Amino acid sequence: MPEALPEALPAAPGLAPLADQFSAAYWSAARDGTLLIQRCLACGRRQFYPRGHCAGCFAPDPEWTAASGRGRLHTYTVVHRTPNAEFAADCPYVLAIIELDEGPRVTARIVGETGAIGCDQPVHAVFTPAGDAGVLPNFALDAG
Amino acid sequence: MPASWAGEVAIAGAYESPRRRAPGVHPFAIQAECARGALADAGLDLADVDGLATAASFPAEGAREMAVAEIAEYLGLRPRWVDGTDIGGAAPLSHAGHAVAAIQAGLAEVVLVTYAACGYSWPHGAADYLTYAHGPGQWELPYGPSTVATYALAARRHMHDYGTTAEDLAAIAVQCRANAAANPDARYSAPITVDDVLASPVIADPLHRLDCCVVTDSGGAFVLTSARNARSMRTRPVYVLGFGEALGQVSMNQMWPFTATAAAASGARAFATAGMRPAEIDCAQLYDSFTITVLLALEDLGFCAKGEGGKFAAAGELAPGGRLPVNTDGGGLSSNHPGRRGALAVVEAVRQLRGDSPGVRLDSPRTALVHGMGGSLSTSATLILGV
Repeated sequence: MPEALPEALPAAPGLAPLADQFSAAYWSAARDGTLLIQRCLACGRRQFYPRGHCAGCFAPDPEWTAASGRGRLHTYTVVHRTPNAEFAADCPYVLAIIELDEGPRVTARIVGETGAIGCDQPVHAVFTPAGDAGVLPNFALDAG
Repeated sequence: MPASWAGEVAIAGAYESPRRRAPGVHPFAIQAECARGALADAGLDLADVDGLATAASFPAEGAREMAVAEIAEYLGLRPRWVDGTDIGGAAPLSHAGHAVAAIQAGLAEVVLVTYAACGYSWPHGAADYLTYAHGPGQWELPYGPSTVATYALAARRHMHDYGTTAEDLAAIAVQCRANAAANPDARYSAPITVDDVLASPVIADPLHRLDCCVVTDSGGAFVLTSARNARSMRTRPVYVLGFGEALGQVSMNQMWPFTATAAAASGARAFATAGMRPAEIDCAQLYDSFTITVLLALEDLGFCAKGEGGKFAAAGELAPGGRLPVNTDGGGLSSNHPGRRGALAVVEAVRQLRGDSPGVRLDSPRTALVHGMGGSLSTSATLILGV
């Protein structure tokens, strides 16, 4: 089960997600500790990020489905310096691409212990309060 | 394959601004300097130009979404053919390819492709995000993806899959710096070593500061016209033999696979239109926003197998005496990168083929490949030139 971390990331002013007809459900679910992806009713393809159609076959109206929150760290970078003032205070932070067990990839940070970080390590979703940005799904390395 | 690409259009003039720092100068003034320089090189006047292509929507480029109209007005030009294709650093190569088609179709006779930016001195600083925190960007921007970081993601996965090392990447920066030694305009020309690269500050690991391009105020331009016209002009024509462009992802969570780019498609299209193979290329100008950009291009364009780019670079194959001399003026990594290096990469390829590079002068190369890569390994355009 996804766990909620007590630690809060600094909010990034002006970079809070702007919910729209396709993303409102996603951000709402994140506040409840659920990571949503979509599944195409025509071809079965699972996708992230959410859209009003399947990016594989262009069929309309894919359905929402809860992801397990489990996946593998496809790649990552430890950001030591950034030209973007909004994130300078966060440095160093780990920016990552996660491949979910369900298939799609998502962008997130790796939070918590990262001493033994490496590509393809198993990770699980955590949900981080982020001020104006609401709750951001992030990931942590599995223990052991 | 379309035989009409076999050199019916040529680059008749080219110019790179010697500026690297231009505080207090608006980028449009550098656009005008570059237009004047490229036209003078061809022996033409602005009045001869009937087609214009540029992209200048980045903040440090001074325009907005109607960039090509703003630049036309500033220059004092009313072209009958325009192209404002805006695909990051690859845009000037797309402009060149589109100009060839326009000239062949009779839509223009003399096309000016210009570029300028004050990437260093622009007083209105701007974030380097490619998108916004709405639409697709809302699932990426809140996490802090700087441009360097997005390239670092690709470098990390390449290391994991193929054993590429930080030393392999550093070898690319070292070679570009060696090529810059003779270039009086290069931003940096003092030699560096692999150890220097590894000892420079980590920006987004595994990329160090010296894995990153320089940031300059500068620009460049070139002029295309029919080969028949070009042969009567003052400089040796450089013929456009092939062209291809391709789009990849913008959001990094859409990059698949993570170790290959749209260069594979744009390169294949360029070689097909030219009817040539990678082994027939004498030298290359490969977009070098970061060292990993060059490494991926070497593989995706077919100069070495996927996964072998690191070994290719570390073995010295990018040097003037190697299998594929690259970035002979020092490239973006050491000479000049105001924002969209693609324009300057075309200029250096032209100079190299004409024997007047300010950097390393190769022994009479006949063919050159120019490769542009924009965004976060997002967009790709490839030109093949020859004399």
